[in-house]
Amino acid sequence: MRKRHIVLTLYIVFLMLPIYWLLNMSFKTTNEILGGFSAFPRDFTLDSYRTIFTDPTWYNAYINSITYVVINTVLSVAIALPAAYAFSRYRFLGDKHLFFWLLSNRMAPAAVFVLPFVNLYSAVGLFDTPWAVALAHTLFNIPLAVWILEGFMSGVPKELDETAYVDGYSFPSFFVRIFLPTISAGIGVAAFFCFMFSWVEMLLAKNLTSVAAKPIVAVMTKTASTSGYELGLLAAAGVLTIIPGAIVIYFVRNYIAKGFALGRV
Amino acid sequence: MALELIEIAKRVGADTHIHPTSLVLPQGSFNVLLGTTLSGKTTLMQIMAGIQQPTSGQIRFNGRDVTHVAVQKRNVSMVYQQFINYPNFTVYDNIASPLKVAAMSKAEIDRRVMAAADLLRLRPMLKRRPSELSGGQQQRTAIARAIVKDSDLILLDEPLANLDYKLREELRDELPRLFAGRNAIVVYATTEPVEALLFGGGTATLHEGRVTQFGPTSSVYREPKDLVSAQVFSDPPINMTPVEKRGSQLQLLGGKVWPAGSSARSLSDGRYILGIRPHHVTPLPPEAPAGELEGRVLVTELSGSESVIHLDVGGATWVSQSHGIHPFEVGAHARLHVDIDRGLFFAANGERVS
Repeated sequence: MRKRHIVLTLYIVFLMLPIYWLLNMSFKTTNEILGGFSAFPRDFTLDSYRTIFTDPTWYNAYINSITYVVINTVLSVAIALPAAYAFSRYRFLGDKHLFFWLLSNRMAPAAVFVLPFVNLYSAVGLFDTPWAVALAHTLFNIPLAVWILEGFMSGVPKELDETAYVDGYSFPSFFVRIFLPTISAGIGVAAFFCFMFSWVEMLLAKNLTSVAAKPIVAVMTKTASTSGYELGLLAAAGVLTIIPGAIVIYFVRNYIAKGFALGRV
Repeated sequence: MALELIEIAKRVGADTHIHPTSLVLPQGSFNVLLGTTLSGKTTLMQIMAGIQQPTSGQIRFNGRDVTHVAVQKRNVSMVYQQFINYPNFTVYDNIASPLKVAAMSKAEIDRRVMAAADLLRLRPMLKRRPSELSGGQQQRTAIARAIVKDSDLILLDEPLANLDYKLREELRDELPRLFAGRNAIVVYATTEPVEALLFGGGTATLHEGRVTQFGPTSSVYREPKDLVSAQVFSDPPINMTPVEKRGSQLQLLGGKVWPAGSSARSLSDGRYILGIRPHHVTPLPPEAPAGELEGRVLVTELSGSESVIHLDVGGATWVSQSHGIHPFEVGAHARLHVDIDRGLFFAANGERVS
């Protein structure tokens, strides 16, 4: 009994250590971080956080990130809903191949798409806007959302659709008033996965923006700035980046396992 | 006033789901579709409702062609085997939903929902969600939603199949009462011949996408048109054996000879298939002339008041169903009696001749 506790405790410590270290660093001054090893901040300071919330280059980076993440999530889910409904309810020519092909889109590394996207978005004037990143991320998120939603939708018997038609509902009114609430857990999970991917994705976000729409992942990872090393500041930015994800996870925690199984539990 | 199916057929790709079928279901009638799983009951009902379109043929309601009228405009209700309710609505809103779609006044909706809820004893559950109800209550909710809107056509697709025994009996007793006095055409699909017999009304026997017979339930049962109808409408399965009629005698396989019985009197000599329902094979001899069966007991099923005995007679299995407890030992030698007067005779092509 005790042995099991030890293993579990060690594992959790192992998991939490980097996050603790980040938190620890964020309350230290850069000098202390560079000065030597210490498990607690000796000169506890909130300066790093103060800088982030007052310096526009920092807080605008958060606003940029949140903007494209929200656009992307809304877009991905909105487009995936009718697509997933078609895959779950109708048989059409090549449906199974198309369905698999969608997911295979995710198997290509994002780096492959950087060059065409940069060139394309520069040509149409989308470069360095939140829309550029949001649209680029839909390439990965729509297939994922379709797969997750299709799983949840297929768990709803098609007799529910038929009953609604028999009761007199038109298709749009059935879809919005009955079907969407029925699969609300699935929509939550799909939105969560889109949010998370878009929030943590760095390569496309970094390369499709330069100044105006620079996201937090790009700002945060530039280790040196004009004023030298600012490790405390970067650590504080890291902590603030974890928080939105943690909040979203809290809301969908009961459905996440089902989401990882793409709704097929 | 009636629902007419005129030469309705349904093909999907190369498969024929429904062979051309014509049926007339009069208003206020209770009709049973009886057939095994995959016999086409659900497809036929969905075509009646307008959820599926027939490949060919016409559907008329009160003389009007409704073949291509959308299901929303047909004024039908449907109850499925699975308990289908709107999970995000309360029981009240579930029952009220067809009325709300029809934009009925609030007071009228309330009056009707309450009446339906009282009929189905759902009054205490009105504020709950379907997931908080037992299976029986969920199905009651679905049935309440089906009867609340005065449909012209109410379709029940094996509504009791997923309920446990006790609830099934209970709801089965209530069902005819729910539809009595309504002017709706009720269609009830089931795999169980017993349910068809209990509900009376009309019965259509279905087999592999074909309506083999349609008529008043008791006459379909007593006077099956052909072998398939008799097989569909018999539980336990009907016994069948080839016989040759010679004068007043029936020659069976293996050289056994039975008296021809009253039902075979008008038949000319020749080869037939004899069908005997299990309850006409009994351990005690009937008063009328009887045939005898001797063989080895394979299975004995004893319920509270009746016995079902499976007997192996020279390689063929015969089933007997009789009142009272007849505890035959499995493997023992037994003798059963066949009430030959009740025998059904079929020609080689399956058509019933007597």
